[in-house]
Amino acid sequence: MTVAFLSQFFAVYGSLVNFIGINALLALSLYVTLSAGQLSLGNAAFAGIGAYTAGILTMRFDVPYPVSVAAGAGLSAIIAFLIGLPVLRIRGIFLAMATLAFGEVVRIAAVNLDITGGAQGLVGIPNKTTTYTIYGVLAATVYFLAVLRGSKIGWSFAAIREDETAAMALGINTAFHKTLAFVLGAFIAGIAGAIYAHLNFIITPGEFGFSAAVQLLIYNVVGGTQSVYGPILGAFILTALPEVLRGVPLAAGPLRLGINGVILLLVILYLPNGLISFFRGLNRVS
Amino acid sequence: MFLEFEKISRSFGGVRALWEVSFVVEAATIHGIIGPNGSGKTTLINVVSGLTGADSGRLLLEGREVHRLPPYRIAALGIARTFQNIRLFSNMTCLENVIAGQHLTAGRALIPRLLRLPSASVEERRCREDALSCLSSVGIENRAGALAKSLSYGERRRLEIARAMALKPRLLLLDEPIAGMRQREIEEMESLFRSLAEAGVTILLIEHNMPFMMRLCSRITVLHFGQTVTTGSPEDVCAHPEVIEAYLGVESC
Repeated sequence: MTVAFLSQFFAVYGSLVNFIGINALLALSLYVTLSAGQLSLGNAAFAGIGAYTAGILTMRFDVPYPVSVAAGAGLSAIIAFLIGLPVLRIRGIFLAMATLAFGEVVRIAAVNLDITGGAQGLVGIPNKTTTYTIYGVLAATVYFLAVLRGSKIGWSFAAIREDETAAMALGINTAFHKTLAFVLGAFIAGIAGAIYAHLNFIITPGEFGFSAAVQLLIYNVVGGTQSVYGPILGAFILTALPEVLRGVPLAAGPLRLGINGVILLLVILYLPNGLISFFRGLNRVS
Repeated sequence: MFLEFEKISRSFGGVRALWEVSFVVEAATIHGIIGPNGSGKTTLINVVSGLTGADSGRLLLEGREVHRLPPYRIAALGIARTFQNIRLFSNMTCLENVIAGQHLTAGRALIPRLLRLPSASVEERRCREDALSCLSSVGIENRAGALAKSLSYGERRRLEIARAMALKPRLLLLDEPIAGMRQREIEEMESLFRSLAEAGVTILLIEHNMPFMMRLCSRITVLHFGQTVTTGSPEDVCAHPEVIEAYLGVESC
């Protein structure tokens, strides 16, 4: 009975469950960077780099799936390091500006290159990602980030986010830790992109553009960044909402963005720490 | 000589914040800096902690040049500070503020934690005890779980001192540590600073409360328009005609 129900549920909502997992992973990629007080608008592009790299490696070069995922994530991290190195030595919103521009560069490159398949996208990526892969990676990421938070690195991130000058005076190498937070975020985004590519048969440049980058930020704002579970909650609610509202006339279609906007507005006005603040116990490390 | 200022100068645009400041701070003493507003006291502390670079001159810590090091390297030499305008991590609790201040003194390595090694939790417990003892040395251990932003002004100053102490400093730079404190709190801080100096910590202290400085400091440097007027014992400084003219006024100590 339960088994029959579950298999039926999966037949209908399997892809939704998968997308929730991927979006949660993408939301966490931005959460790491935000936890050090840095705003990256490039995580969608890093997911794109991971997706295209892994897709091309498996399709053209017959590279085993885990290796191409690792390569996609690794390349994202390396590129993030090269961008972050000059930008993160300075304070302020320069990372947001640089990554915003970088995201467009990646999108336009993907549209114009031959190896990426141009505007039609990369077609025929073998389907190797399962729901187990997605949630296995998500669980590992959550565990890693939860432990990271209580480690020396996590406390440094938190100190920089609160007051960079005070953090410096306490002996924290702020440029190093900001770069680390950014590179770690790009790495997780790269993994998410790579497993997404092998879930979907086709990837197109538009999926990794500016609106996707902002969507990740919205997951974090709606869910809240006080806890690792906040961004996951945000990704879950905003990914599932259109499905839940499918029966309501117009809601799944033209009204969807409007409903997202209303939720975002209400959270910003009334729950500055996000929806996760309903679950108090998860919020603090100590 | 523990800390030596050698003709340190620093200008902001056309303003000479510090001009060839030279004096020496002896180890394990409490050394005061006084002077009118805008005389360069905070700039001097900023130069020592590396937040502001010196245009010229040298700063020597136990004979080693330190004025070109970035702030985090200076902190690693055992130099901790507080800020005149209080820079706490306001969304953290008091305990968390001190934990964040343990960056250089606690391990909290990632790998043993990921592997859930028993050594990691033993270390964490020890670090938390250390953090609590920092809080109790400034008398706010009962506020450990309170958010920093919910503290009173005096408590905030004390928490900032506790956070600086988490670094286990050899040199503590305090920028107006008792501003806004009540008399009883001031007395508590006085005995805390004394016991720190007895334990071997050198304290470089800016404060406008002259009776406090007279009681506490073994030597005082007077700044005026970025220049050193004099350095000497509190009694000598008080009797110095230029100091009376520039800062103290007649019959103030």
